[in-house]
Amino acid sequence: MKKTGITFVIVLTLLAGTGFAFAGQNVVIKGSTTVLPVAQVTLEAYMKSHPGVNFSLSGGGSGEGIKALIDKSTNIATSSREIKKNEIELAKSKGVNPVAHTVAIDAIVPIVHPKNKVKDMTIDQLSQIYQGKITNWKEVGGDNLTIVVVSRDSSSGTFESWGHLVLNNAKVTPKAQLQASNGAVVQTVAKNRYAIGYIGLGYLNKSVKALTVNGVTASIETAIKKEYPIARPLYMYTNGQPTGEVDRYIKFVLSSAGQKLVAREGFVPLTLETKKKAPGKKKG
Amino acid sequence: MTRQQKEIIIKGLFAIVAFVSVMILTLIVVFLFREGIPIFREVGLSDFLFGREWYPTYDPPSYGIWPLIIGSFIVTIFACLIAVPLGILSAVYISEIAPPAVREIMKSIIELLAGLPSVVLGFFGMVIVAPWLQETFDLPTGLNIVNASVILALMAVPTISSISEDAIYAVPQEFKEASYALGATKFETIVRVIMPAAFSGISTAVILGMARAIGETMVVLMVAGGAASIPESIFDSVRPMPASIAAEMGEAPFGSGHYHALFATGIVLFFLTLVFNLIADYISHKFKEVGSATL
Repeated sequence: MKKTGITFVIVLTLLAGTGFAFAGQNVVIKGSTTVLPVAQVTLEAYMKSHPGVNFSLSGGGSGEGIKALIDKSTNIATSSREIKKNEIELAKSKGVNPVAHTVAIDAIVPIVHPKNKVKDMTIDQLSQIYQGKITNWKEVGGDNLTIVVVSRDSSSGTFESWGHLVLNNAKVTPKAQLQASNGAVVQTVAKNRYAIGYIGLGYLNKSVKALTVNGVTASIETAIKKEYPIARPLYMYTNGQPTGEVDRYIKFVLSSAGQKLVAREGFVPLTLETKKKAPGKKKG
Repeated sequence: MTRQQKEIIIKGLFAIVAFVSVMILTLIVVFLFREGIPIFREVGLSDFLFGREWYPTYDPPSYGIWPLIIGSFIVTIFACLIAVPLGILSAVYISEIAPPAVREIMKSIIELLAGLPSVVLGFFGMVIVAPWLQETFDLPTGLNIVNASVILALMAVPTISSISEDAIYAVPQEFKEASYALGATKFETIVRVIMPAAFSGISTAVILGMARAIGETMVVLMVAGGAASIPESIFDSVRPMPASIAAEMGEAPFGSGHYHALFATGIVLFFLTLVFNLIADYISHKFKEVGSATL
């Protein structure tokens, strides 16, 4: 009894102290919190089929990841934006050659109650609504009803992408309701004709109505063609063409099995063949 | 091995087991503080507690949890307004008025309510109560203070009711008999004799019920709406502290200001429940009936 108690305590302390660090030779993945869920699920699946390989995964933001790639302190930098010119120059000066691998597309759809008359919105209107500057549906062509803004918890990747692509990093109104998952947003909006929310494209279902943005319908096709404005590719950057374990991992992410996992996390997979695997079964 | 030696070994064993659980608890508290305290290097204590803005992921971030504290208190207070009368009165009915058959059935139903997982109650609030509230009162949202309070009250009723019931049950038979002998009616006996005699137990029940409500996470996460602003009406959405921690902790970068701020919120919550428990403890000692009416 005594022994197990103490072992438990030691394990606790270790967990608390070291986070996700592993000992020995390992592959480091670092960067965007938006890509984090993609990296996490694919890595879990990959490690199951390739036991004995050490990976260490952490967030910190796209900039941090690319910085780490340039410093050669990470093998893979995940990023929700393209690498900047000055970053490429800095990398070249240090003998690092960043190579981009697009692993998924993050497309976010504004959704409303099916009975809402509004069909289309501009990015600017969405931004005004989320900043709390437009508060009534009649201002955007709907009924005379208060707008209930539904947002995600501030540390989710979807929140980050929405803030970046729609709000241009302006603050979301504090009156916005918070839901902890894409599924919970769908659930809330489906039950409330006053509400507007946003979700990853993969979570869209018939209980809610997707708005078109600047006249473009959100779909995997329009997201890939870059016609749909609230979408961005997610990248993994490596130093030169990947080799060995890194190469095998990235190939796995891009494989149909990997892309299925991508879709399950609510992102748009790169290939259309996984389209029919309806995702979005997650509930908050 | 003599009997005495066995006795010593057994004593030691029990001491170790007790010590281990205290140790684990202490370590959890130490960990909570170790992860929470660093936030005060970035923001002052009063700015943290009384700041009106909770924007932990922006640049520069603001870590004011005042709206979250208000959110927690407001749903707890409303939940108590509903749960306390319900809990105490049902305890009185079950222990003093109900015939034995009804008593058994009601007791088990209330215990069943205590066994309902909070996520089930939360889901009920989300898909049944919220749309109903919204339709009935023509509100912009059904995920609001009223909804959260009602669901939290449902969770607090079993706690309040069963502890109150024990307290009422512990009132000695002689008290009641004396009361009846003086010509008091059943109602007078309950109000003037039994309730005062069981006061300390009932107060403990109420405070433990409140502690239950303020620390409850899943329900407030699902039905309180989660707006981190100070509410203006009882139909506004709020974000109580546990909801904020639960929603944001999963993806807050390890070791960041946001991460420490969430742990610091946990410390505030820890102190609140500690205070509730101390009050409960104090009352149960202070107003303890002496003589034959011990609880």
